[in-house]
Amino acid sequence: MLKKIVILFFVTCFACFNAVFAAESGGMPQLNPEFWISQIFWLIITFGILFIVLTKVILPKISDNLETRKSQILENIETADKQKEESQKKIDEYEKIIIDSKLKAKNYFNEAREKILDDINKKRAVLEKDLDEEISEVEKELSELKNKSGEKINKIAAETSAELIKELIGEEVNSSSIVAIVEDQSKINRERKDV
Amino acid sequence: MYQFNVYRIGPEIKLGSVDISFTNASLFMVISSLAILIIFNLGAKKKTLIPDKLQLISELSYSFVAKMISDTAGSKAKPYFSFIFSLFMFVLFCNMFGMIPYAFTVTSHIIVTFVLAAFIFIGVTIIGFMKHGLGYLKLFVPSGVPMVLLPLIVIIEIISYLSRPISLSVRLFANMMAGHTMMKVFGGFVISLGIVGGWLPLSFSVALTGLEILVAFLQAYVFAILTCIYLNDALNLHH
Repeated sequence: MLKKIVILFFVTCFACFNAVFAAESGGMPQLNPEFWISQIFWLIITFGILFIVLTKVILPKISDNLETRKSQILENIETADKQKEESQKKIDEYEKIIIDSKLKAKNYFNEAREKILDDINKKRAVLEKDLDEEISEVEKELSELKNKSGEKINKIAAETSAELIKELIGEEVNSSSIVAIVEDQSKINRERKDV
Repeated sequence: MYQFNVYRIGPEIKLGSVDISFTNASLFMVISSLAILIIFNLGAKKKTLIPDKLQLISELSYSFVAKMISDTAGSKAKPYFSFIFSLFMFVLFCNMFGMIPYAFTVTSHIIVTFVLAAFIFIGVTIIGFMKHGLGYLKLFVPSGVPMVLLPLIVIIEIISYLSRPISLSVRLFANMMAGHTMMKVFGGFVISLGIVGGWLPLSFSVALTGLEILVAFLQAYVFAILTCIYLNDALNLHH
């Protein structure tokens, strides 16, 4: 069935083909020389004008355009490279500045710390010195006082003992002998204390 | 074959006894040339860094043809750039305008393609003799051929050289004519098979249209690149 249809189709096609070509007559118009000269003439004119206008006017413009675009793109690339370099430089500088300033800040901090420490030490030294001095003065005074107090005590002891003796005995005793006795006694006391 | 008929448009113009009337073929030559000039002029007018569509078309075609020439004929062929560019564009636009229904295909006439090919042939031969003098005849004597075979080879080379314009013109003409005839035949099938069986040739017709557009571009390209190759023979004589 399918085969039949295909065969029928091709037969019809062939018939149509014949019909189409039967309708044509007179062969190829291309080989009819009636308008050859006219075609050659108009071909030369149109192609000549086309060639001249393209050569003189249009193609130089296009090549100019292409050239300018090429050079402009190259220029742009160059400037872009330059700017990139510059920006890289700037970044480097910036980083350097940051590092420097960090170092500086550290230095300042350290300096300030040392200064403060120095100050503190100095002040402490002065204070200690003052304190030492005062202490030594006080000690001196104390020792003086101590020394003096011994004498005074001796004196008071001698006086009181003289008065006591006067009350007890009713007559005056030689004060120098009393003093000598008191001093002896106090010496003995002191030695006992020391021991 | 009605589509290939040439007929007069307007009055009969005579130059002496020769008929140079304006015909439909002339009309389509004028239309193609004008289209090329308008498109490329608009494309070349604006000088923007980022091209718009027309500018892009013109610049891409420019660099396409420039690359084609430098690839096949080297840097010596630069002075002939504008000629090859015009030739390529003319043939391309004539082929493409032929793809419009009811339009006339200028390049489907052997006389047009033959005149172009003959002009190229004569021009290339003149350039060859101007560049190399009689040394251009060495083109017919390939190096490294045994002496016994040389007479035969030289005759073959001469024949192949002389048949260049014929092969160049017939290639373009035959391709264009065959394509359009085929479309016409399939179009005829659509009508004669009617609404029942006409769909198959119609789809063929659609596919053929695409193929023909490809052929139109390809033949223009082949025409231009063969011109470049002939030019290369004439400029850089090394066989």
